[in-house]
Amino acid sequence: MTKEEVFSRLTEVFRDVFDDESIEISESTTSADIPDWDSFEHINLILAVETEFGVKIPMGKAVTLKNVGELAETIISML
Amino acid sequence: MRELEYPFDGNYIIKKKKSLRRQLLSEEGVRFTPLRIAILGGETTNDIKNVMELFLLNNKIQPEFYESEYNRYYEDAMFPNEELESFKPELIFFCTCNRNIAEFPEITDSNELVESKLQSTYERFQAMWDHVSTTYNCPIIQNNFDPPMFRLMGNRDSWDIHGRTNFINRLNQLFAEYAAAHENFYIHDINYEASVIGLSNWSDSSYWHMYKYGVSVPAIPFFSFNVSNIVKSIIGKNKKVLMLDMDNTLWGGVIGDDGADNIEIGQETAMSQVYSEFQSYVKSLKSLGVLLTVNSKNDHDTAVKGLERPDSILHPDDFVSMKINWDPKSRNLVDTAAELNLLPESFVFADDNPAEREIIRQEVPGASVPEIGNSPEHYIEILDRSGFFETTNLSADDLKRNEMYQANAARSAAKASFQDYDDYLKSLQMNGEIQGFVPAYMARIAQLTNKSNQFNLTTKRYTQSEIEAVSADPSYIDIYGKLTDKFGDNGVVSVVIGNVRNNECHIDLWIMSCRVLKRQMENAMMDALVHECKARGLQKIVGYYYPTAKNNMVREFFADRGFNKISEDTDGNTVWEFDLTADYTLQNTVISVNKTEDC
Repeated sequence: MTKEEVFSRLTEVFRDVFDDESIEISESTTSADIPDWDSFEHINLILAVETEFGVKIPMGKAVTLKNVGELAETIISML
Repeated sequence: MRELEYPFDGNYIIKKKKSLRRQLLSEEGVRFTPLRIAILGGETTNDIKNVMELFLLNNKIQPEFYESEYNRYYEDAMFPNEELESFKPELIFFCTCNRNIAEFPEITDSNELVESKLQSTYERFQAMWDHVSTTYNCPIIQNNFDPPMFRLMGNRDSWDIHGRTNFINRLNQLFAEYAAAHENFYIHDINYEASVIGLSNWSDSSYWHMYKYGVSVPAIPFFSFNVSNIVKSIIGKNKKVLMLDMDNTLWGGVIGDDGADNIEIGQETAMSQVYSEFQSYVKSLKSLGVLLTVNSKNDHDTAVKGLERPDSILHPDDFVSMKINWDPKSRNLVDTAAELNLLPESFVFADDNPAEREIIRQEVPGASVPEIGNSPEHYIEILDRSGFFETTNLSADDLKRNEMYQANAARSAAKASFQDYDDYLKSLQMNGEIQGFVPAYMARIAQLTNKSNQFNLTTKRYTQSEIEAVSADPSYIDIYGKLTDKFGDNGVVSVVIGNVRNNECHIDLWIMSCRVLKRQMENAMMDALVHECKARGLQKIVGYYYPTAKNNMVREFFADRGFNKISEDTDGNTVWEFDLTADYTLQNTVISVNKTEDC
């Protein structure tokens, strides 16, 4: 799966979880850029990402991700 | 909303919860019942609350929540709390888990210390419930405890008082006793929930360590669904009626094509047992006060015969209404609702046919149409876990009608030990139905001839048409035996076929199912055979035993019945004779045969 494909599917996941069709994400997107992205929603986001890509992100990774770029790299490394 | 009906996709609900909520609130013409719920948690409850809201909205209940700070359930409950007081909760939910048990036993603890830890853990909760119920005077829902993540001593953990499993089970028992003694106090049984979805799915320690969720996030929808079922039951929004299709729902097959004798119900095949188990479940719902109705596309008189079979567990008088006709099922449902003076939304419609389910969904909004699929082995599971009839209050009248109590009494009687084996057999209250073949059992009889290997004297196999030919031919004596005891119906368990020639009955087949060994069923069959032979004026019975790798258990069977051995060849084949001219003493002393009685 290419990075573009991962980003395209990630965008859909973000839009579902935050219920906002206008969300655009990039490598540098962080929780500060999305108003609803608090620690509670982070759990749901990780679960939705895991379901979408069929991977299980280890606990150590899930709590230290810096931005969406790192999230995408983590996914690609596990596919 | 389909997405919120059991069986649901929990991860989908978590992901889409915001848009699901938006859709539920934007439905036009829905009148919600408002409800103020205080969630006092020993763990994080954020998503538990959010998903509960979805399930409650789906039941037309609009909750407003008070949520305690993380792990402040005890303080919020016990001490003056202006915010909670002004919130005026109408329901309080204590959302705690085994992580909230402060003091588990240590292996080195004395028995007294373990007991004191148990009592102090319990009393802390008890004091809280007592205090809250007088302060807020509203229903309380309390989680019991989920099983522990690990078992230090392995299996011993379950019975040794130092084991965490044992400690949790005993705490849960104390919680249950409190619930039994206090109205308006309800247990949310997370111990059972964890077992349904599996402990590994239930509890993932990473969710605890990262977010302080005692239940793993993917399990939250299942958890919240179950609490919501208790809430809607307390609010009085339970379903009241179970409306059932007949063909392939209450029995296997199409009665209009197959005839009442050939539908699958009873104990004769695996599928018929599945349908019987489902009928038993439905009948138990009736004893809880659920109204049963039929909605079936059939000829009325033909279809009712299915419920009139002696081995049908449900009978026509179990149903308060039967719509058996060729009208659209949606019209039948609406008409039944009008007759019973109930709203269509009180109905649960169970039908194996997806097209019929879809018609009800389209035409009768509000009626529940569980996706029971078309595999009858899953009907009970889906209906049961859907929580339509979640029981929070059971009146004295309900209990009086409750047949389950009679069954429990029968079982505890059987636990008593018997000195004398015959006394034990008599206590089973066995009833035999022993007679010539009848159409309803031809298939089972043929099946039994092909399945029985151990208790089988000649190992002769028959097809169903051969069995039917034997039955129609007066030169054969054909006898089947069906055995019922107080624990249930064992179905057809024994078959004897004898060929009559020269005033003698030659035994072609004698078989019995091993599930009724040592019940004197073989004696009862012998009695019936002798009776029939004497009625025909025969002189003797000739028995044959042909040894196989599996039938050694009946090598001396004829000797035990009083036959004399006539010959034996080098392969061990033996021939036996029984003299019919002498007086005969009945061999069966414990089974009552061919006596009809209500059961």
